[in-house]
Amino acid sequence: MKNRRAISYSRWVLPSLLLSLFVFLGHIAVAFPPQKSTREELLVLPGEVGRPGGRLVVSLRGEPKTLNPLIAADARSREVIGVMQADLIHINRATQLTEPALAKSWKISPDGLAYTLVLRHGLKFSDGQPLDADDVLFTFRLYLDENVHAPQRDLLIVGGKPITVRKVDARTVVFQLAKTYGVGERLFDGLAILPRHLLEKPYKEGKLGQIGSLATAADQWAGLGPFRLKDYVAGQRLVLQRNPYYWKSDAKGNRLPYVDELVFLFVPNADAQVLKFQSGETDMISQLGAENFSVLSRQQRGYTMTDAGPGLEYNFLFFNLNDAGEKTSPEMQRKQKWFREVKFRQAVSAAVDREAIVRLVYQGRGAALWSLVAPGNRRWGNERLPRPPRSLDRARTLLKEAGFSWTTGPNGESTLLDSDGKPVELSILTSSSNADRAKMAALIQDDLKQLGMRVQVVPLESRSLLDRVTQSRDYDACIMGIASYDADPNSDISVWLSSGGLHLWNPSQAHPATPWEAEIDRLIEEQMSARTFEPRKKLYDRAQQILAENQPMIFLASPDILAGAKNSIGNFHPAVLEPYVLWNVEQLYLKNGTGNATR
Amino acid sequence: MKARRTIGKWLVTLAVLHGIVVCAGFFAPYDPGEQDRKSPYLPPMRLHLLDSRGNLHARPFVYSLKLRDGSYGQYEEDTAEPHPLKFFLRGSHYRLLGFLPGQTHFFAAENARIYLLGTDAYGRDQLSRLLFGGQVSLLAGLLGAGITLLIGLCIGAVAGYYRGWTDSLLMRLAELFLALPWLYLLFAIRAFLPLAVSPLKAFFLIIAVIGMVGWARPARLVRGVVLSAKERDFVRAARGFGATNAYLLRRHILPETSSVLLTQAAILIPQYVLAEMTLSFLGLGVPEPVPSWGNLLSSLQQYSVLVSYWWMYLPALAMAPFFLGYLGLAGSLQERGEAYKIETRSLGNLA
Repeated sequence: MKNRRAISYSRWVLPSLLLSLFVFLGHIAVAFPPQKSTREELLVLPGEVGRPGGRLVVSLRGEPKTLNPLIAADARSREVIGVMQADLIHINRATQLTEPALAKSWKISPDGLAYTLVLRHGLKFSDGQPLDADDVLFTFRLYLDENVHAPQRDLLIVGGKPITVRKVDARTVVFQLAKTYGVGERLFDGLAILPRHLLEKPYKEGKLGQIGSLATAADQWAGLGPFRLKDYVAGQRLVLQRNPYYWKSDAKGNRLPYVDELVFLFVPNADAQVLKFQSGETDMISQLGAENFSVLSRQQRGYTMTDAGPGLEYNFLFFNLNDAGEKTSPEMQRKQKWFREVKFRQAVSAAVDREAIVRLVYQGRGAALWSLVAPGNRRWGNERLPRPPRSLDRARTLLKEAGFSWTTGPNGESTLLDSDGKPVELSILTSSSNADRAKMAALIQDDLKQLGMRVQVVPLESRSLLDRVTQSRDYDACIMGIASYDADPNSDISVWLSSGGLHLWNPSQAHPATPWEAEIDRLIEEQMSARTFEPRKKLYDRAQQILAENQPMIFLASPDILAGAKNSIGNFHPAVLEPYVLWNVEQLYLKNGTGNATR
Repeated sequence: MKARRTIGKWLVTLAVLHGIVVCAGFFAPYDPGEQDRKSPYLPPMRLHLLDSRGNLHARPFVYSLKLRDGSYGQYEEDTAEPHPLKFFLRGSHYRLLGFLPGQTHFFAAENARIYLLGTDAYGRDQLSRLLFGGQVSLLAGLLGAGITLLIGLCIGAVAGYYRGWTDSLLMRLAELFLALPWLYLLFAIRAFLPLAVSPLKAFFLIIAVIGMVGWARPARLVRGVVLSAKERDFVRAARGFGATNAYLLRRHILPETSSVLLTQAAILIPQYVLAEMTLSFLGLGVPEPVPSWGNLLSSLQQYSVLVSYWWMYLPALAMAPFFLGYLGLAGSLQERGEAYKIETRSLGNLA
């Protein structure tokens, strides 16, 4: 679980950095006197009209580290920041498409390099201070400043150069890219626009890293999100209150959000979250495992469980294809000789019982997987990709073709031998904190036993697991999962590119190690500069096909996004993208409004 | 005399229980690692004598369980065809005591699989895993206790016999060991070990570790017995006749410790079985898919398993008769030891 988070952070961080960058730039633009305008351009959301008032309680898997988007790197902080901040252009979690947010519109220049964004009229931070282009400029200055070390910085470097931001007038900002980027506007999602009036002083004093702790006084922190800080009790809860200046309204013109308070309870683990939800202490639950989901479904009392369908998490097995040169131990050299054999990898893929993984690990609440594009990503899957069912015969044929053979032991069990007559034995690493992946490992262990391979499963604490895979690179094979943060495949670019840090089987290569990796690199680079969907899709389809032929990652399964909410919660529509249930938090409301509607 | 009879009873009980576990291959219907992927978390099957039409069968039978449509953990009996229990059927290969190959199983059903204790998350037969798991856990307990007693005997005897600084040093060391939080120590030791440990290596590591940790108590007890035995008249007489230290220890003193050691063994074995279970429960013991009693229980760490599948608790019950047996034996042994002491003391007085 942790790895996945760690991984998805780094991806997330980039877009959020970009966003913050924009915010900063906005601030810079504020240098000009703000126009006095009383007109407010609220974003009107379609959908069910709710009733105001009440409080919503959700649980958070532990305490967030910070409220400051410039230093937030953990999922919990991001979740909280997500409801306190806003971005210029937002990806709608339900439609998976971009839509206007703080920027009411945007234009892309014909060469695809300049993005002109126009801000909404009358935007105000949650402390009532107005926002204009200077805040955006300031935000992006922070994101791009190397001394700030914002995790979003990498995202804002397109074609090797940082994005530049220029103010046109108090409400218009132009972002200039050095190279065309397939879906430039998606970069803005998650990049919070920050309040210049609060951050400029600490920035000049070099103290940005120290601000935004949870203990910050409520009036010392502001954002553009639906909620603002109210109260924090260390180790127990974080209480947010409705932002009265929020820039969205419902179809009847009522200003959102509906609920007065949003409370995050810090709950240490998944089982405790289930118990809290069951006992009615929390109103919603998400990121549920299939087993806990069925426990909750079995005794639904006053709440409804929802299966939102397969998400963007993909789990996969990969072998160590690193080339450590002369430092490789003879044993590893022998093993890598198998791993480098494409037929060996194809045979393993053919032997893996994906259907059993979906059934036994996810209790049927998931989808078998043959590609890096998870089924939750509706527009980008390659339908023509072969999805061969499990076949041990095919696996044996492939192994035979690759020079492997079998001997039969006294008990009738067969042992796979490599071309040198040595038995095939290997170990698979999994994260000890992820029960799902440990189960997959146990199933694969048994699958491969039927091919005569002796496999050991080694559960490792997730940090040391990631360290082994990306740093010391001392392992045979590993099962991991990554959750894409966005439904655009560019969010997985560091997995695709051979130079990427998440190109896990052989990360951060200086030059592509194999011709097919070079080919994938070329396809991905090419789609980056394609401007429309069709050519990009074609290039990605081809890249998926190459990946499927070479099987550097043996894709296993993708779990459904499972969530639940009390029946009294209205507008509850869990999405397959993070944050699964809070993405429309401003529209959530309490139906029987027993809440303390004091507004 | 009466004590001896109760000891005999306990020994027979234990022998039978251990016999079943040693012959797990024969008594278990299936291989403990075999996954029946169509039947995860299948509840224990009920043995019937009356079929769905009300006919009485002479031979007990089971109905297969089918997954209810569209569900992944709810089963219902398929009453179309009863599957009678058959004895001495041929099935999967196994090796008794590690070398006697066999294929005959005590019971099974033809053309159907029979799960009297249900299955686990991978559709593996819990009964078979319980029996094979017992081999690992009990052997770890027995060998661990053996190592402990051996170390305890040597250290206790040396300390009690030679006295002086040797005694002080060894007993302080023993106190140190008693004071150690051994569970955390085990965690620390396991953390230092290499990553991929084969099941066999992991098994011997556990035995070595739990065996080395608990020697302090038996050593102190042995030392006490040696101290008193050393001053007995017959020992002094033998020394007067010129017997060497080694001879005295071997011939006169160590035999006196036997009753203490046996009692200790009967107490330590279940303790060590429990230690192995604790380690495996926490994932530090024998790795999957090799079963051990601790491994079997480790799935209970998940809330969903805890509330959904009651048969996953059964392994915890299975060890109860073993523990009762050992503790009963320890009680009787102690009684006998005390009776023996009184006897010898009164005899000594008479002389």
